[in-house]
This record gives sequence, structure tokens and C-alpha cells, in this order.
Amino acid sequence: MDELFEYAGFLAEGFLENLKLAAICAVASLILGTILAAMRVSPTPVLRGVGTVYVNVLRNTPLTLVLAFSILGLSDQLDLVFSEEPRTNAFWIVALGLSVYTAAFVCEAIRSGINTVPMGQAEAARALGLGFFQSLTLIILPQAFRVVVAPLGSVMIAMVKNTTVAVAGGFAADVAANMREVFDTTGASIPIFLGIVVAFMAVTLPIGFFTGWLARRLAVAR
Amino acid sequence: MSSSVLFDAPGPRARIRNHLLTAISLVAVGAVVWFIYRGFDDKGQWDGKIWAPFVDPSTWTDYIIPGLLGTLKAAAAAAVLALVFGAVFGLARLSEHRWIRMIAGFVVEVFRSIPLLLLIFFIYFLMQGGDYTFFALVLGLTLYNGSVLAEVVRAGVLAVPNGQSEAAYAIGLRKSQVMRMILLPQAVTAMMPAIVSQLVVLLKDTALGYIIAYVDLLNMGFKLIPANFFGSLIPAAIVIGIIYIGLNMALSALATWLEKRSRRSRKTAAPPIAPPGPALIGMGPATPGAAAIEGME
Repeated sequence: MDELFEYAGFLAEGFLENLKLAAICAVASLILGTILAAMRVSPTPVLRGVGTVYVNVLRNTPLTLVLAFSILGLSDQLDLVFSEEPRTNAFWIVALGLSVYTAAFVCEAIRSGINTVPMGQAEAARALGLGFFQSLTLIILPQAFRVVVAPLGSVMIAMVKNTTVAVAGGFAADVAANMREVFDTTGASIPIFLGIVVAFMAVTLPIGFFTGWLARRLAVAR
Repeated sequence: MSSSVLFDAPGPRARIRNHLLTAISLVAVGAVVWFIYRGFDDKGQWDGKIWAPFVDPSTWTDYIIPGLLGTLKAAAAAAVLALVFGAVFGLARLSEHRWIRMIAGFVVEVFRSIPLLLLIFFIYFLMQGGDYTFFALVLGLTLYNGSVLAEVVRAGVLAVPNGQSEAAYAIGLRKSQVMRMILLPQAVTAMMPAIVSQLVVLLKDTALGYIIAYVDLLNMGFKLIPANFFGSLIPAAIVIGIIYIGLNMALSALATWLEKRSRRSRKTAAPPIAPPGPALIGMGPATPGAAAIEGME
């Protein structure tokens, strides 16, 4: 138990980085995922194709590979540098890689929500003279979102857990990297491990409860 | 709702607009591709000499195939163990004894909510000294995926209509016989697609071995090949990326095919169940979108 208190500050610092990553990725992946879902149902075949290829490639690639490619390929080779300082740069590279990866799952969740909206809704929108973009933003997406609140919550929970893979993207200051560093000196410590697990559950459980509550509240009565 | 009802058959003006949009998006995609191509070109990533290793059979026999074997070995071992773990704990969660149900439920929920990489690190450090990367990776994958599979097993057995077990009890079968002869055979058919999707997740997650330096496909591709062939990083990334995507898409296609087959199968009274995914609570198997998030971690 002592080692947990001794290193608590160091580990909490790392955990804070995970939370920051999660917050950035939540916003970025929801926006990007919604755009991708709109692309995948759009009247333009090229956009549909791009969306499909994007989702299938990202969904079938291990996150570790995505992050390793982000830092080694995008940052080192393509000179996509967010900051001169390596640590800050790696943070944003990981945020980018994780958002891009999560967006593919957000897109699929929203698209399955779009599929639950009854055909009559879209037909009525068209009959009123709404164009594709109007019927999507005014009629279809608002209903689709309400259906997929719970799955989106699951995606977010998985994303929070996935922030621990940040070390593959060269960001070695998150809680997983810090835990490894502490274990290098103390050896495997059960209290430290359980402490971190509880910290993660303290974040993921409320997300689950909140989205579950929201899903019931927002459920579309049909 | 199919996507085509979202827009009308285009008239003359809409057609022009669509052509315009197509042109703009083509230009945008082209610009991105060109930018990436130029960026890699500046760093000499398209040079013949760094691609040459990939047409040389010895690169494949010395690096890529051993790496792939490492990945497949870990995936196969973890898959078998996770199925056993899932079957045991899934059935334990259906037990008639309250305390067995509670313990199994606790174990399953805890392992499902631990970030997998932390679990692998922890097991790795528990085994002090020696090369335990394979062991740590397989055990971590087993505990996490086994817990998800336990949920699949439980959902599969619960998806068999009540009448089946009632009829079985009525003809005088005992508890274990009902499970073995009536419920499980029907549940397995319903579970098959979800199990295969979870195996895709497991295969993807073997890449976490890269972080603890287990010699898998990703490690071969990103560390050993660039180190031995003048920094041929991008070619290696592209080649191993294609291998991963190909493997996973083949497995996903198998899952889709199995789902179609079990949907029209008359061997089971249970409908195919959706994979439970990483959710903790709040999502029943029938929730739309449950299938969309499979493979997230």
C-alpha cells in the first residue's frame, strides 16, 4: 500500500494526461465521425467511396499500428509537427491518431442509427422540398443521434481505455508509461495496479451510467 | 432505411451540383494523396532500394513470415484459452447458485473494464526476469477477450426461447442434460458470428505485443525491417498494414457469412446475438449500433 501513496502524485500526473487525451479525442472523433457518416450516405459516389474505404481501413488496423504510423510516418517523415518540444508533439500526434481511429467507430454507430430512422421520415422531408443536407441535419441526424447515445457511450468508454496505448505513438508520459516506470523500480505492485484500475473505472462507469440514462431519456417514442 | 431515400433522383440542376461536388471531392482526395506522395518522396521513401527488400524472398522468410507466425501463434493460443475462459465464466454466470453467479459476474466485469495494455504490463512485471512477453500477451488477451466471450455465451444461452428448456425439463432431462443437449447446441449457432467478431478484436489486439517487445508482425515491420534495410519504414508500414487489414477483413467476412447462415438456420430457435463490445452497462444485445462498435479494442 505504501508504494501506491509514494508514487500517487506521479501516477496521477500521468492519468491526467490520459484524461486530457480522452477529452480532446471525444470532441474530435464525434465531429469527424459525424462528417464521415454524412459522407457515407451522401449522393456523391466519390465521398461515399472515401468514407467506406476510410472506415474499413481504420477499423481493421490495430490501434498500435495507427499510433506507431502517426509518429513514425506522419510526424517523422511527413514533417507533421505540432510543437518543437517532442513531448507536446507526441501528445498531439497521439490525440490525432486516436481521434482518427475512434472516428471510424463513431461513424459506424451513427450510420446504424440512421438505418433505424423510418423511411417515411426521409420521404416526408423530401416531400416538403428539403434537400439532402437539410433533411440530414434537420430530420435524420437528430433522430439517429438519440438512438445511438448508448453505443456512442460504449465507443467513448473504449476510447478512454485506449488512451493507454499512447506509448505506441511516442507519448511516454501517460499513466501506462508511468506505471511501467514505477514497476521498473518497485516491481509489479498490486496496490498500484488496482489503484489505476479503480481510477479508470471512476471515469468509465459514470460515462456508462450517464449515457445509459441519457439514452432512456432521449429514446424516440415510436 | 436505405441511404438512397435520403435524396431524390437528381434533376438537371442537382446533377450539375453532384458533378461539381464529385469534381471538388476528387480534387481534394487527389491533393491529399499527392501531398502524402510528395512528403514521402522528399524523404526518399519511394526509392527502389528500400522497396527492393520486399521482392526479395529472404526478407519474407527471415522477417515477415516469422513475424506473422508470432502474431498468429499468440492469437491462436489466446483464442483457444479465451473460448475456454468464456465458456466457463459465461455458464457460471447462469448458475443457479447465487454466490457462483456473483463471483463470475464480478470477475467478468472487472476484466472487461481494465485497459488491456495495463493488464499486459502488470502480468509482464509479475513474471520477473526471462522472456515472458508471449506469456504476458496471451494471458492478458485471454482474460480480456474471455470476459467479453463470457457475456456472449451468457447472451447466447439466454437467447434460446424458454419453451426449449421447459420442454426439455418436461420430458425428464436433468439440469446438466438440458444445458448440454438442448441449450448449448442452439446457443452456439446463435453465438458464432459474435465469437468470430471477437476473434477479430483479439487478432488486432495482439499488436499490443509491440509495446512489450514481443516479436510479432508489427515489431518486425516497424523495428527490425527499418533497422536492417536503410530505414525502409513506409514500405514496411504499407506491407504489414495490408497484411493486418487483409487478415481482419477475411475474418470479418467469415463473421458476416456465419451471421447470414445462422439467421436462416432452422437448427436453432435463437436469433443471432450482437457482440456485447466494451460496454459496461446500458446496452442490451438488441440495441442498434451494438454491432457497429465491435472491434474497437
